[in-house]
Amino acid sequence: MSDVKTPSKLEKVLASGHQAVTSECGPPRGSDAGEIRNKAEMIRDHVDAVNITDNQTSVTRLCSLASCIHLKSMGIEPVLQMVVRDRNRIALQSDILGAASFDICNILCLSGDHQAFGDNAQGQNVFDIDSMQLIQTVRRMRDEGRFLGGDEIHRPPRMFVGAAANPFADPFEIRVPRLAKKVAAGAEFIQTQCIYNLEKFEQWMAQARDRGLHEKVAILAGVTPLKSAGMAKYMKNRVPGMDVPDEVVKRMSGVAKEKQAQEGIDICVETIQRLKEVEGVRGFHVMAIEWEQKVPEIVERSGLHPRPELD
Amino acid sequence: MIVAKPKPVEEVIESVSGFDRILLVGCNECVTVCEAGGRKEVGVLASALRMHFMNQGRNVQIDEVTLERQCDREYLEEIRNRIDQYGAVLSLACGVGVQFMAETYFQTPVLPGVDTCFMGVTEERGLWSERCQGCGQCVLARTGGICPVSRCAKRLFNGPCGGSTRGKCELSKDLECAWQLIIDRLTELGRLDDYEELAPIKDWSTERAGGPRRVEREDVRQ
Repeated sequence: MSDVKTPSKLEKVLASGHQAVTSECGPPRGSDAGEIRNKAEMIRDHVDAVNITDNQTSVTRLCSLASCIHLKSMGIEPVLQMVVRDRNRIALQSDILGAASFDICNILCLSGDHQAFGDNAQGQNVFDIDSMQLIQTVRRMRDEGRFLGGDEIHRPPRMFVGAAANPFADPFEIRVPRLAKKVAAGAEFIQTQCIYNLEKFEQWMAQARDRGLHEKVAILAGVTPLKSAGMAKYMKNRVPGMDVPDEVVKRMSGVAKEKQAQEGIDICVETIQRLKEVEGVRGFHVMAIEWEQKVPEIVERSGLHPRPELD
Repeated sequence: MIVAKPKPVEEVIESVSGFDRILLVGCNECVTVCEAGGRKEVGVLASALRMHFMNQGRNVQIDEVTLERQCDREYLEEIRNRIDQYGAVLSLACGVGVQFMAETYFQTPVLPGVDTCFMGVTEERGLWSERCQGCGQCVLARTGGICPVSRCAKRLFNGPCGGSTRGKCELSKDLECAWQLIIDRLTELGRLDDYEELAPIKDWSTERAGGPRRVEREDVRQ
């Protein structure tokens, strides 16, 4: 196995040459940890690691860190998602240490949706550093064992550092330069926005390969099964930075309502099967939003099960 | 300039309703340009207030004056000899002027007549937009002359977030994505490669984060 820098299982799976599978769970809007535990339980045998979202869409939820600790206690490997919207550099570094104290060893560095979309639209935001600088911050803490302020960290965090990439947002001409920037900042894995426009994604991957980025960072292709034609239309028209081609909407609308969910799963499986063959795609990030019970079927039918057992 | 907008007249009425003699003070600078607190707006608001109190059967004296500026002591001094005649001053200057007026006339209640919004430009008559947040350390040389602090909703320093769509910000179709503008401008200037330079983590101590700020210059002080 090539050299790994952290105890992360996700890093090991990727280093051993397997295509990795991650998924994500959203914490509950209350303090019942059972909800997050149940979701994670449904997918534990079908993924290498589980992202825990950080107040996604700016709606207040049980925190990502506590949820990650619950998963860790169940023997499931969490990926701590951390947005820079709500915390300044003191709080971010402090939470990274908190996570490291529980040996949480994956982090995904994000900007976060603007709070205007959430349940506290009148709240202040922070954006002390940006997602790119959060990547740099974690790498500095890990590799140099130093805080941003320069002081030494006793027992530095050992985290495999990830970032998001959206191949579909505008302006398209800087989407690959932006990926290059995240790699330069220190990102070791990438989870992409949900892919429905395969041609555009493949074009993005080709440009990434031209610059050799696929060899410097493990790109996990993001997929989300559509539950209904309505969801397809909503994602197409209402979700910023989402690219759902007309053919996909048409295909979902073309089947009877009670069969649309199955059609959505089929599209998702077909997407994974096609992207598995794309050079530089090192795995998949399956985001089944409030539909975790479908992850096992998607992973199995895509030929990604069983997951590798590594020590 | 500092852009302000008039407060709703109901709010102004409520704030001045306890006084019988009110001096309405306009400012001839920014708030005149953005048509919120100049001589004209002072006249309009004074008429509205007079009419309101007359309809109520109240005899309230409302006088008008517009000063050259309310952020300079010398102009504020122009009303010193008459300030004692009034129960309150209603200032249509920005928040800076209102405060300097209150500091200057410590015993007189000074009330704001406008909401101060931002530092910005007149895009066209009736449309103003933000350009600067006074962070105290200008980054425009790096960003094609377009400010990511004031114009990006997340003040990102390293490029657009995933929500940038067709040149617009995820917040609103009426809001341009600052990073689209920056990329367009860098492209125009033949400097798109600059985009890939990682921006250093910003020192916010020169911004609001560092506490109330002062600029002290020995070369100018007398």
